[in-house]
Amino acid sequence: MCGIVGLHLKTERHRDALGRLLSPMLDCLETRGPDSAGLAIYSEPVAEGLFRYSVRIDGLDPDADTKAEVATLVVELSHDLGSTVTCERVRPDGAVLIASDQVETVSSRLAERRPDATVVGFGRHIEVVKDVGRPRDICRRHEIENRSGYQGVGHTRMATESAVTIDHSHPFAPNADLALVHNGSFSNHATVRRRLAQQGIDCVTDNDSEVAARLIGRDIDSGATLETALKTVGQEMDGFYTLLVTTGREFAVVRDSFACKPLVVAETDEYVAVTSEYIAMTSLPGIGSAKVFEPTPGEIHVWER
Amino acid sequence: MGTVTDTAPETAAGNTVELDCAGMSTREVNAALHELAAGSRVLVLNPRGRHNLAVALDQELEIEIAGHAGYFIGGLCDGPSITVDGFVGWSLAENLMSGTVRVRGNASECCAASAHGGLIVVHGDTSSRAGISLKGAELAVGGDVGHMSGFMAQAGTMLIGGNAGDALGDSLYEAVIYVAGSIASLGSDAQVEDLTQEDVDRVRSLVERAGFDHVSPENVTRVASAKHLYNFDALKEQKY
Repeated sequence: MCGIVGLHLKTERHRDALGRLLSPMLDCLETRGPDSAGLAIYSEPVAEGLFRYSVRIDGLDPDADTKAEVATLVVELSHDLGSTVTCERVRPDGAVLIASDQVETVSSRLAERRPDATVVGFGRHIEVVKDVGRPRDICRRHEIENRSGYQGVGHTRMATESAVTIDHSHPFAPNADLALVHNGSFSNHATVRRRLAQQGIDCVTDNDSEVAARLIGRDIDSGATLETALKTVGQEMDGFYTLLVTTGREFAVVRDSFACKPLVVAETDEYVAVTSEYIAMTSLPGIGSAKVFEPTPGEIHVWER
Repeated sequence: MGTVTDTAPETAAGNTVELDCAGMSTREVNAALHELAAGSRVLVLNPRGRHNLAVALDQELEIEIAGHAGYFIGGLCDGPSITVDGFVGWSLAENLMSGTVRVRGNASECCAASAHGGLIVVHGDTSSRAGISLKGAELAVGGDVGHMSGFMAQAGTMLIGGNAGDALGDSLYEAVIYVAGSIASLGSDAQVEDLTQEDVDRVRSLVERAGFDHVSPENVTRVASAKHLYNFDALKEQKY
């Protein structure tokens, strides 16, 4: 069992409150996933040619001056890359850096300077938080309530297929501005992972959900729409799933053909909210007049920005 | 209308007791319900999607849940009459033994799963697997039901006032399903059978108790087991 939440804001109205709206939704679904949690939050893009990198740095000493440590890294990376790197936010687990959109170059320079660093998400719009522990504590630690943005997805994890580590936490964000959260379990993930490896796409964990994220990433890179990519998941992957996937522009949900895992959608003029359980959206403004429904088995719903 | 908010009432016959979820844990709400004398009327306020409300009650209570509720509402009950003025999540009235559970909105998956007795009425739609493993209860759905409804239903009656999704009545045993609308597809070993006068009477009774005014008992489709998969015979040698 896991919990999924998502909020796609159609208007400007609640943008400043995005984090404040998402936090209680995630907290409410702790019962579905008490061991880990994570979020992807989408806000206005950085300039063309640049990406936001959500970087976890395991060796940061929480008792030391992390700001200074990150500042040093920013200077070193700017030098190594020959282009400006800036720090948008210092986090308890690392930092959000803004650097060139040459992901491979940036990642390898980063790894040279800080072998203990991991890029957990990147893109012009996205910031990714992945952590282990209770969702309430994670939201507090990362000050999620202060985040603004136009879209967010979150996940509370009850691990069934692989270990409880930060890397195994959701969302999985292997491509620019792509984030996937999954409730369920894929049974043929090893087969699909091998198939992807043959195509030069490697997973970094043995997690089943990461395979689905990489599969979707592959198709989107080839120009597929998110809807088409989700259809491919239905064809290639076997198992139980409710998926919430976003590219920042497209925000989509799908349940497996048996509808084994729950999903509730609420739509108003101002937002689309999706949660594993209705109870997790009762804190939203205007929920009483929202159109509430459950996607039927295999039905893909996409909202575009 | 009497109001009790601080402590659980011991007796409240004749009055309506109010229990406000906003200030009570689910455990407190259920404990208060369990302590009520038979015949009590209860209004449960602010459910806001709360799970596990009004479960395992074995006295005859009149319970109104004023709003949308979550999973397992009315589960395991043996006696009370529960009405939800809203929609509910998964597994409404799971394993109901007797009494009535009525939902004025929609119900999510596995509605009335394994219900042994009593009446479950959903005025709106239910999603997948309504009446799964039904064991003797009556389930009346005013609207549509999702796929795999009636799966492995062993005994009892299902009435679907709207349309049925795919794989209706898969692996049925002795339960019988009546459908007023269309059937997307039948499940394995389910078949459409001729409607008898006994069926019409059974449906009429159910329609009346459900309070449906859009189902004509003479015009429903009867779905029951073809008994190609279900052929258990206790007198045969134990080869199963």
